[in-house]
Amino acid sequence: MDIKAYIILSMVLFTIGVVGVLVRRNAIIIFMCVELMLNAVNLLLVAFSKMHALEAAAQASPNLASDAQIFVFFIMVVAAAEVSVGLAIIVMMYRNVHTVDVNFLNRLKN
Amino acid sequence: MNITTLLFILLSVMAVGSAVMMITSKSPVHSVLWLIVVFFAISGHYILLNAQFLAIVNIIVYAGAIMVLFLFVVMLMNLNAETEPVKNYRLQLVGVLSGGALLLIIITALNKMDVEMPIELKTGDTGLIKVLGLNLFKNYVLPFEISSVLFLSAMIGAVVIGKKD
Repeated sequence: MDIKAYIILSMVLFTIGVVGVLVRRNAIIIFMCVELMLNAVNLLLVAFSKMHALEAAAQASPNLASDAQIFVFFIMVVAAAEVSVGLAIIVMMYRNVHTVDVNFLNRLKN
Repeated sequence: MNITTLLFILLSVMAVGSAVMMITSKSPVHSVLWLIVVFFAISGHYILLNAQFLAIVNIIVYAGAIMVLFLFVVMLMNLNAETEPVKNYRLQLVGVLSGGALLLIIITALNKMDVEMPIELKTGDTGLIKVLGLNLFKNYVLPFEISSVLFLSAMIGAVVIGKKD
């Protein structure tokens, strides 16, 4: 399998996430689309780590290729922390304005 | 066409189709369920790349913990297709067009790249728990410990924000 196939797949998933953020107005769905974008990047990082696996084996340094997968692990850690805080913010917003429509969040504008 | 290519195409179609269903479905609960299908497809890709640790962590953390949290919040707010905000079709068209332009630019730039970089699927030990664990606890101990502080602050932040004042 060529690396291009993985780049195209990740880019398609990332673009679907971008389109979802632009199109939807429900705050929770927008948040889920951000998660989808993070996952697309994770998939690409793992594919790149496998791409460098042969090279790393030649240099007898197995850590070289597994660094990318450690990065994916930390991205998951940060995403989990981000989701807990973000959902708390959305719940607070729902309690104040009784909607999750992001177009009602214009109180900071003027 | 061998079985590996077939699996790759099957998982890719599953991931992309579920992602499209996620952003087009009316009910937020259905969106959450479709996103779980996307995460399972991505976990399948990890298994195909022999990244076993990340495949399991992806299922446990994303499909298990994070999406259940989303589902919990959606059901707590009693969101359904009727409470969905009304759509503005012109803005939606603009959004889809901008996303398509982004994809087009990236694919065109990718076609200029003429290097062939093969990935070896189903083999290799970079994704095994032993290699990752040794690397994590030898070279990345400090970020690992700092992430625990991040989790603590996220927990305190969530409690402070969600507290009724």
